[in-house]
Amino acid sequence: MKATVQTAGGPPAGADTFPKLLLMHARERPGRPAIREKDLGIWQEWSWEQMAAQVRALACGLAAMGFGRGDKLAIVGDNRPRLYWAMAAAQTLGGVPVPLYQDAVAEEMAYVLADADIRFAVVEDQEQVDKLLEVKDRCPQLEWIIYEDPRGMRHYRQPCLRAYAQVQSDGRQFEIGQHEFFERAVARTRADDISVMLYTSGTTGKPKGVVLTHEAFIVTARAGVEREGLDDRDEVLAYLPMAWVGDHLFSYAQSYVAGFCVSCPEGASTVMTDMREIGPSYFFAPPRVFENLLTQVMIRMEDAGAFKRRLFHYFMELARRVGTAILDGRPVSTGERLQYALGRVLVYGPLKNVLGFSRIKLAYTAGEAIGPEIFDFFRALGINVKQFYGSTETAATICVQPNGQVRADTVGVPAAGVEVRIADSGEVLVRSKGTFHSYYKRPDDTAEAKDAEGWLHTGDAGYFDDEGHLRIIDRAKDVGKLADGTLFAPKFIENKLKFFPFIKEAVTFGDQREYVAAFINIDLEAVGNWAEKRGLAYSGYTDLAAQDVVYTLVRECIEKVNADLAADSRLSGSQIKRFLVLHKELDADDGELTRTRKVRRRFIAERYATLIEALYSARAQASFESEVRFEDGRSGLLRADLKLREAERFGVHELRKAS
Amino acid sequence: MTATSRNIGSTLLDVRNITLRFGGVKALTDISLAVREHEICSIIGPNGAGKSSMLNVINGVYHPQEGQITYRGVPRRRMKAHEAARQGIARTFQNIALFKGMSVLDNLMTGRNLMMKTSFIQQALRWGAAEREELEHREKVERIIDFLEIQSVRKTPVGRLPYGLQKRVELGRALAAEPSLLLLDEPMAGMNLEEKEDMCRFVLDVNDEFGTTIVLIEHDMGVVMDISDHVVVLDYGKKIGDGAPGEVRNNPEVIAAYLGTSH
Repeated sequence: MKATVQTAGGPPAGADTFPKLLLMHARERPGRPAIREKDLGIWQEWSWEQMAAQVRALACGLAAMGFGRGDKLAIVGDNRPRLYWAMAAAQTLGGVPVPLYQDAVAEEMAYVLADADIRFAVVEDQEQVDKLLEVKDRCPQLEWIIYEDPRGMRHYRQPCLRAYAQVQSDGRQFEIGQHEFFERAVARTRADDISVMLYTSGTTGKPKGVVLTHEAFIVTARAGVEREGLDDRDEVLAYLPMAWVGDHLFSYAQSYVAGFCVSCPEGASTVMTDMREIGPSYFFAPPRVFENLLTQVMIRMEDAGAFKRRLFHYFMELARRVGTAILDGRPVSTGERLQYALGRVLVYGPLKNVLGFSRIKLAYTAGEAIGPEIFDFFRALGINVKQFYGSTETAATICVQPNGQVRADTVGVPAAGVEVRIADSGEVLVRSKGTFHSYYKRPDDTAEAKDAEGWLHTGDAGYFDDEGHLRIIDRAKDVGKLADGTLFAPKFIENKLKFFPFIKEAVTFGDQREYVAAFINIDLEAVGNWAEKRGLAYSGYTDLAAQDVVYTLVRECIEKVNADLAADSRLSGSQIKRFLVLHKELDADDGELTRTRKVRRRFIAERYATLIEALYSARAQASFESEVRFEDGRSGLLRADLKLREAERFGVHELRKAS
Repeated sequence: MTATSRNIGSTLLDVRNITLRFGGVKALTDISLAVREHEICSIIGPNGAGKSSMLNVINGVYHPQEGQITYRGVPRRRMKAHEAARQGIARTFQNIALFKGMSVLDNLMTGRNLMMKTSFIQQALRWGAAEREELEHREKVERIIDFLEIQSVRKTPVGRLPYGLQKRVELGRALAAEPSLLLLDEPMAGMNLEEKEDMCRFVLDVNDEFGTTIVLIEHDMGVVMDISDHVVVLDYGKKIGDGAPGEVRNNPEVIAAYLGTSH
C-alpha cells in the first residue's frame, strides 16, 4: 500500500526519463507484473525486473550494432512487448523510437522511413520485413531490419536482417566487456531529450513527424495518473496502434509512470476474448469501439429468449433513468437504488463480464464526437466512461472530464498543468509542458503551429460553456461570425440538423450576415415513408420537397435545434431564422459534394447565390434556374420555384420561462 | 521460395501395380506411383477416376487385391488405418469430418490422441503423468493454432465456423499428429478465391516449415500446377499421366481426359 501512495505522489525527481523510470520500477517493485503477452494460448508475463533485463539486452545489442545518440529506430508491428521494449532501448541510447502504423502499405512506409531518417527498424514479422525490403532501395539510411518472429524467415539471406533474439544475445556478450554500460547510458538520458517521434495521419497533406520529449510525456502521464488515482495494481490492454499518440500515452508513458501492467492481446481478432480474460481496470477506446460493443450486445439480446429479453429491457430502462445519477453521486430514491442493485446482480454484472468490463474503474473515449445514446448506455451500466480532448501535438491531453461532471457534448476542463485559451478567432490555444517540441525537419510548420509565447494553435474552434467545460464545435477555418459578432459554427449547426432522420443534408450561411439561414435537403426515404403513412401523394423529390407539410416538418426540426442553441449563451445568437428546402438533392456529380459526401460550401454559395440573397430578403418565394447534368452526360436547364420560410427563434429568457 | 530450394529426397512412398476391386468393379487398375520425401504430389482426374480410393489405399482403409506398397523402405502388409497413422500418415477428408460440437482446441487435441501414453483412467482423473502430458500436447497444438492463425476461434465450437475455416481446422487436426506424410482430399473444394489462396499458402508453409510430404487431390488446375512438384493423373482407375506439372499439362492423353473426348 505504501508503494502505491508513493506512486500517486509521483516518482522521485530523479526519474525524469523513461529508462530511469524503468530502472526505478525494477528496483522498487521487481516482482510486480510489467507487461504480458498472450502467446500460444497462455499469458506470458514479465515482471519489471525481467523487463528491465530484456530492455538492457536489447539496448546493448543495438549499441553493439552502432545505434547511438540521435539515431532513429522505426518500430512496426502489432502491440507486442518486444516492440515496447525497443522503445525503451532506443531511448536509453539517446535515440528516438518512431512507431509506424503497421497496416500502412509499403509506399506510405517508404515516405516516413525516408522523412524520419530511419537507420534501424524493429519489426514484428515476415510481413513487415517484406514491406521494408521492398522499399529499402528508396531509403538509403535504412541499415538494419530486426525481426521479432522468425517464422518464415529461414530463407531470407539479406545481410541487413537480424533476429531480435540474436541482437539481444549479442547485447549480453557486448556488455561483458563494458562495466555497467546500460546504467551509464540510462544515467545520461535527460528530461529534455527527444523521447519519441509520432507521425500524424496526414489527412491534410503529407504526414508530419511530431517530436516530443521525455518531459512532455512524463508530465502529461503523471497528471493523468494523479487525476485518476492510478497505481501499480491497474491493468490495461494495449490494442490500439502503437503509432498512435493515445497508445503511447496509455500503454507506455502511464505504465512507466504508475508502474501498472500492460497486456498485449494475441492478435487483432482476439481482442474481445483477451479483454475478458484480463479484465482491465482502465480502458481507452474511440467511439466506434463503444458503438460496436453496443451493437453486438443488442444483436445478441435479439437472439435471447423472451424472458431474458424482457429482463434486459426492463433493467436497461431503469439504468437509463438512474444509472448515471448513481454513478455521478446524485440523489436517487432508495427504492430505485434497491432495484438498481438487483439489476446489477441480474443484468449489469453479467453483461459487463461478457464485455470484459467487470473490473473497469475508468474508461476514456476521444477522437470524435460520441453519440449520446451510446455514451449513456455504458455510463448507465455503471462504467465510468469519460471524454477527453487532445492531439498528437499535446501528448494526447488538453481537456478531460472530471468525475461527476460528464456529459456527451463537452470534452471537460483543462487537465492539470495545461493552459487553454480561446483566441479571438474562436480557435483553441493550448500551452503546457506537454506540447510538442517541433515537427521533424519542418521549422516553418512548427512556427505556424506554435507561436513565440508557446501557444499551440490546435486548428479547432471551441468555447468554454457556462460551467467552464470546453466544447469543440468545428475546425477553426470553417467558423465565422455574424454581423453583430456572434459566433457562427456552420458544421456544428448542420450536424445538429442532420441528427434528424428527415434531414439528409444541410448548409447554413451566416458569416458576416444579419442572421443564420439554411438550405435543407430532405431524406427522400425517411420523408417519403412519413408521407406515405399520411396518405400524401408525391411524384418525386422535387414535388415532395415543395409540399407545405414537409416545410412544417422541417421547420419543427429546425425549431428544436434553435431551442438547443438558445440554451447555450454563446451560440444563442446563431439560431436559424430563414430556411428553404432545396428542389434537388446536393450531388457529387454536380460538384456540390465531395466524393466523400462533404458539403463544398464555397461552390454552393456561388451556384445558389440568388437563393441565398432571397433568404436575406423578405421574399417568400424565389425561382431558380440551374443547369443539371444527367446521368447519361447530357445537361439541361431546370427551373424551380422555391418557398422560403421562417422558423421561430427562442430567447434565453423565454426558454427559462418555458421550463 | 521455389521448389528447387527445398531438398526433395529419396522415395518415401512407393506404390507398385495396385489393383483395387469392389466386387466386380475395378476402382484402381495396375497403378504405380512414387512419392519422394518433402515433395508435394497432386493426384488429379475427372470425377470417379479413383483419386479418393487411392488415398484410402495409402492410409490403409482399403486393401488392394494386387500390388505392393512400400513406405519408408518397408513393404506393407495388410494393416489397419490407425497403424498407418502410427507410421506418420495423416489425412483430411473431402467432406469435413470434425467433431462439430467440440471446440477447435479439443478437435486439434484429438489429433494427438495416438501419442498420449497415459491410460484413459489416468486422463479422466488427471492423475499422475496425465496432466503433464496434456500440457505438453496442448503446447504442440497451440503451435499449430498459431501457425494456422486460428487463435480467435480457439474455443469456438467447430460447427459454428464458416466452411473455409473448418477446412483449416481439419488441416490443423491432421497436423497435430505430426505426420511425415499428409494426405489432403480436396482441401480447397468449395472455397472462394481468397480462402483458396490462404489454403495454398498454408499447404506450402507446412511443406516448407515442417518438411512434411504432401499428397493432395484437387480439381482446381491453377492450384495444382502452381504448388505441385509432381502430378499424377488418373482416369477410370488407370494412370494416364505422371510427371512435373509442365509435362502433364502437355500430355495429349490428359488433355483428352479433361476435355472429354469420346471413349
